[in-house]
Amino acid sequence: MTSTAVIDKSAPTRAVKLRSMSRDRTWALRWSYFFLTLFAIFALIPPLYMLITSLKTSAEISAATNPWWVYHPTLSNYVELLTSNQFLTFFRNSALVSIFVVTITMLISVPAAFALARMRFWGSATLATGVFLTYLIPETLLFLPLFKMFVVFGDLTGIQLINKWYVLLIVYPTLTVPFCTWIMIGYFASIPKELDEAAIIDGASWFQTLTRIFIPVAMPGLIAATIFAFTVSWAQFLYPLVFTTSTDQLVLPVGIITTLIKGDVFAWGQIMTGALLGAAPPLIIYAFLMDYYIAGLTAGATKG
Amino acid sequence: MVDVAVERKSAASAPRVRKRAGLRTALKRKSTAAFLMTLPLILLILLLVIYPAFYSLHLATLNKSMQRFVGLGNFQFLFTRETFWLVVQQSCIFAITAVIFKALIGFVVAHFVHNIPAKGQRKWRGMLLVPWVIPPAMSTLAWLWLFDPSYSAFNYLLAGIGVDRIPWTGETGWARFSVILVNIWVGAPFFMIMYLASLKSVPDQLYEAAAIDGANWWQRIWYVTLPMMRNIIAITTLFSLIVTFANFDIVRILTAGGPLDRTHIFATWAFRIGIEGGDIPLGASVSLFMIPILAIAAVFILRDINKRGNEA
Repeated sequence: MTSTAVIDKSAPTRAVKLRSMSRDRTWALRWSYFFLTLFAIFALIPPLYMLITSLKTSAEISAATNPWWVYHPTLSNYVELLTSNQFLTFFRNSALVSIFVVTITMLISVPAAFALARMRFWGSATLATGVFLTYLIPETLLFLPLFKMFVVFGDLTGIQLINKWYVLLIVYPTLTVPFCTWIMIGYFASIPKELDEAAIIDGASWFQTLTRIFIPVAMPGLIAATIFAFTVSWAQFLYPLVFTTSTDQLVLPVGIITTLIKGDVFAWGQIMTGALLGAAPPLIIYAFLMDYYIAGLTAGATKG
Repeated sequence: MVDVAVERKSAASAPRVRKRAGLRTALKRKSTAAFLMTLPLILLILLLVIYPAFYSLHLATLNKSMQRFVGLGNFQFLFTRETFWLVVQQSCIFAITAVIFKALIGFVVAHFVHNIPAKGQRKWRGMLLVPWVIPPAMSTLAWLWLFDPSYSAFNYLLAGIGVDRIPWTGETGWARFSVILVNIWVGAPFFMIMYLASLKSVPDQLYEAAAIDGANWWQRIWYVTLPMMRNIIAITTLFSLIVTFANFDIVRILTAGGPLDRTHIFATWAFRIGIEGGDIPLGASVSLFMIPILAIAAVFILRDINKRGNEA
């Protein structure tokens, strides 16, 4: 509407300029699509190549035909992996670890975030900053002292934690809880104060305010935090590599890498199938809950 | 009548409540409840983050069998090792190059996505974020297979245009290039998403004003976009610097530090020494070298985040 008004008022020269601008715009659009296609190809080559290889037999792979094409597609790799007890054990371990870690993370971080966002107490601001700093400490800094700690703990108490899948339930929360607490503080802080004041006046306890008001209102944040905790615990590689060794205790990423790559024989068809199946749960969640996923991703670097 | 009855009732129950007040009121008090709610978090941080961090300082002063105190002996030993300096050099090359390219690619791609009509953006964003979603250990396996010495699918394509086979992971220069390339592939989508979110928050009026003043596209980016995005660029870059510097999965799976320790970075070398070599104190000393750069980045991030909080 406004642009036509401008054209009507002005001389024909203005209209010419506008047309050239729209031509510029068309070209900018074409270039954008061109480069986006290039980048999308770059982004999707490895997963596509996983899929291509996973559909090939070992014979076809070693025949050194065109690696980008499947001449004799077969599902034998999938059948073989999904009927192998070892692979199913890895999958079960991964699923158990992830589900437990998500639960533990939520149980710790939601009440903590609520307290830090709403109930100002002595040291609460410092603690919130501390939580964020903890999130910045990488796991590669802590794996050696943690390993030694668990060895000493086992010697002292007789409870062996090393080489048991449940040791991961103790160490993974150090990766998930700080971030989840941090983004939940942000989500809780954005809830209007009037809402919980009304609840308190109506006689709700702090616990009821949390479960009846904050959790339902901050549901999108809760979903984002859950997705984050799940993907982190599903993808974690260093901790399981350090803390677990026997094949019945391994989780999926470590299991695929340590059992399928043995010696000189690389069963690439199976490795790629395993990698694709290992990547599937996060990808499926992402496909259905992309907006929550992205919300969680971008919330980490913002305050409130 | 009713009022009086209520008053009487409450008056009668008042002393009883006060008598067994102790725990109940303490629980009802705000600070106690808040403390209890944060207690698991505090315990987790103290026992599994702070304590190990200091324990690792202690470990670094012990000898290999962890029975004798050697002071700074481990560090002195590291300084005499050629491999250590290689690791320092490679960690810096790896982190700085990867972060710069991730930031550049993320910035460019974010602009392209922002350029196209809003209807199609979701689809493109969805495709471009896939590398970030796949567990890095799994996608690095795909890259390892793409870089395979004898069956490399890239070399197959390059042979088509007459280029000799490239030793992707077999030669120092190429191996360093490969680990950085995979890192860029994994990390660039994160920058893209962050920059895209921040691009969308730049008010259109600013661009209109710039266009009226006759600014070309470069001036629009330099004088409008970059200043508006400065904070998010700083935070994302520093954050990625930490993560890249402390990277483990990609290097471990792609080259395991080879050829001849030329692609080792702090984390993979600490793993090689501490877990595979069984010398936990020396490995702990190696990983401690990550702290200075992490601390510097953390200080700047914290400053920027607080600034951002004040702006909002």
